[in-house]
Amino acid sequence: MRKIIHHRAARRGAGIAGTLSGVAVLVFVMLRAIPGDQITAGLGTEAAALSPAQRVALERYYGLDRPLVAQFFSWIGNVLTGNLGYSARAQRSVLDLTLHSLPVTLELAVLSIVLALLIGVPLGMLAASRPDAPRDAFGQLVSLAGLSIPAFLLATTLLSVLASSYGFNPNGQGFATLAENPGLNLQQMFLPALVLGFGIAAPIQRTTRTAVLEIRSDDFVRTARAKGVPPRRLQIRHVLGNALVPITTMTGLQFGYLLGGAVVVEQIFSVPGIGRQVLLGIQQKEYAVVQSTVLVIALAFVVVNLLTDALYRVIDPRVRAS
Amino acid sequence: MTAGTTAETAAVDEPRARRLRGLVRSGSGIAGLVLIAVPAVLAALSFLGLLPYDPVAQDPPARLLGPSGEHLLGTDQFGRDVFSRVAAGVAASALISVVAVAFAAVLGTAGGLVAGFYRGAADGVIGGVTNVLFAFPPLLLALSLVSVFDRNWFTVAVAIAIVYVPIFIRVTRGPVLSLREIEYVKAATSTGQSRGMIMLRHVLPNITSIIIVQVALSLSWAVLTEASLSFLGLGTPPPAPSLGSMIFEARTLVQIAPWTMIAPGVVVVLLVAGLNLLGDGLRDTFDPRNRGKR
Repeated sequence: MRKIIHHRAARRGAGIAGTLSGVAVLVFVMLRAIPGDQITAGLGTEAAALSPAQRVALERYYGLDRPLVAQFFSWIGNVLTGNLGYSARAQRSVLDLTLHSLPVTLELAVLSIVLALLIGVPLGMLAASRPDAPRDAFGQLVSLAGLSIPAFLLATTLLSVLASSYGFNPNGQGFATLAENPGLNLQQMFLPALVLGFGIAAPIQRTTRTAVLEIRSDDFVRTARAKGVPPRRLQIRHVLGNALVPITTMTGLQFGYLLGGAVVVEQIFSVPGIGRQVLLGIQQKEYAVVQSTVLVIALAFVVVNLLTDALYRVIDPRVRAS
Repeated sequence: MTAGTTAETAAVDEPRARRLRGLVRSGSGIAGLVLIAVPAVLAALSFLGLLPYDPVAQDPPARLLGPSGEHLLGTDQFGRDVFSRVAAGVAASALISVVAVAFAAVLGTAGGLVAGFYRGAADGVIGGVTNVLFAFPPLLLALSLVSVFDRNWFTVAVAIAIVYVPIFIRVTRGPVLSLREIEYVKAATSTGQSRGMIMLRHVLPNITSIIIVQVALSLSWAVLTEASLSFLGLGTPPPAPSLGSMIFEARTLVQIAPWTMIAPGVVVVLLVAGLNLLGDGLRDTFDPRNRGKR
C-alpha cells in the first residue's frame, strides 16, 4: 500500500517537473520569437546606427552568438541560482523587483478571494434555498453581472465616480505596503480587491448553488432531518460542509488566475503587483524582466494548484482515505 | 455501416430540431439571443459599410458633443462619431473572437480526438502540451504572446486561440476516451474502417454538443480577453477602434462626456452576458442533467 502511494507521488513529481520544464522552454521560445533580438529591442531606433563590429561585440556580450540550447541552459542555470536578470529601467535586479511585487499580488489575491467568498457563498446558498424563486433569479443575476462586467470597466467606473464625486482616491498617493502603513494599505487594496472579488464571486456563487442543490437531495441529509437536526445546523454543518469540496476547488483555481489575471486591475489602481511588473516589462521592452517574471508566475500558479489539492485532502476525508 | 451505428447517427441527427426547440424554450438561451442582438446588429452595420460616419475620421470642431440626432451616441475627444466607433469596435471584437475560438475549437478538438482515441504516445505529448499551457494564468499567457508578435488583429486572435486550445482538448478528450469503448465504435473498428473515418463519422458527431457549448462560453471569454488586451494597449493598434481602448480613452472624460464610456461599456457587457446566457441555454438543452442547475 505504502509502495503504491510512493509510486504515485513519484509519478506526480515527475509530471510536475515535466510541466515546469515545458513552461521554461515555452517562455524561452517566446522571447526568442520576438522580431529582432534583445539588442534591437533594447536600443530601439538607435540599433540601426550600430556598426557590424559593434553588433558582434554586443552579441558576444549578451551571449547571443552561442547555440540556442546553450543559451537556454545558461538561462535556466541562472534562474535556478536566483539570478533572474537585471532591469535597467528600475536599476534593480529582477529578483529584488519580484520579492517586492509578488507579496503585493498575493495580498491582493487573498483579499479578493475573501470578498468573493463573502459575496458568493451566501448568495449561492440563498439561491439554492428556493430554486426558481425570485431570490434564485437575484443570485443568478448578480453572478451574471460578475461574469459579464469586465474588471477594467467596473474599476474605471468606480475610480472615476468615487474619486471625483466623493474625493475618495487612496490610490492617488504613493503605494504603501502592508508593513509600512497597514491602514493606508488596506484602503488602497479595498477597491481593487472588491472589483476582482466581484468577478470571482460569480463562479463561486454558481458552484455553491449547484453543490448545495445536489447535496440537499442526498440520503444522509434526509436522515439528518428525520433525526431532528435543527435546520440551521443542517444547512451549515451537513450541507455546506460537504459543498466545501467543490467550492475549495473553484476558489483555488480562481486564486491561481489572480496571480496573472489581476494585471488590469493592478494597472488601473497603480498597485505595484507582479502582473504590473510583466506589463511594464512589455511596455519598456525589457524582455529579461518579462521572461523571468512570467516564469515565476507560472511556478507560483503550479504551487497554488498543488496546495489546493492538498487542502482538498484536508477537507474531504474520503480523498484522504483512498 | 452497421445497424447500430445507423441508429446511433439517427439518434444524433433526429433530435436536432427538438434541441433547437429546447433552446427556444430555455429562458436563458432566448435571453442570450436577445442581448446579443444589439451588438450583432452593430457589427453587421459595420461589416456592411452602413455606418453613418467613418469611425476613424476626426472632426475637431465637433468634439465631445452629446448624443443628438446627428450623432446618435455623441462624439469623442477627437470629434469622432461614438456610434460608428462602437459599431466598428464590436465588429473588430467579434472578428477576433470568432477567428480565435474557431481556431482553438478546431485545433483543440483535433487534439482531444487524437489523444483520446489513439492513447499512447500521442496522448502523452498532447497531455504534456496541455499541462504546460494550463500552467499559465490565461490573461498572462495572452499578454505574453501578443507582446512577442507584431501586433495586428490576426496575431491578437492567434494569441487568444493558443490560450483556449487546451480547454477544448480537455473537454473533448474525456468523452472520446469513453466513446472508443462503446460497442458500435468497436464494431466499426472490427469491420476494418480506418481510424480517421471512425473518428469523423462515429466519435465526432457524439461530442458536437460539448463543443458547441464550449464555443459559446469561450466566445464570451475571448471577447473579454480581447477587450482587456486592448484596454492595456496590447490589442489591435490605434487608430483602429476597439471597445477596450475606447473605454481606456474615456476614463478621463467620464465626468464631462459620460457617453464615451457608457456606449462601449454597455455594448461589451451585453455581448459577454448574451454569450454567457446562450452558453448556459445550450448546455441545458443538450444535457438534461444540467437543467435547473448551473
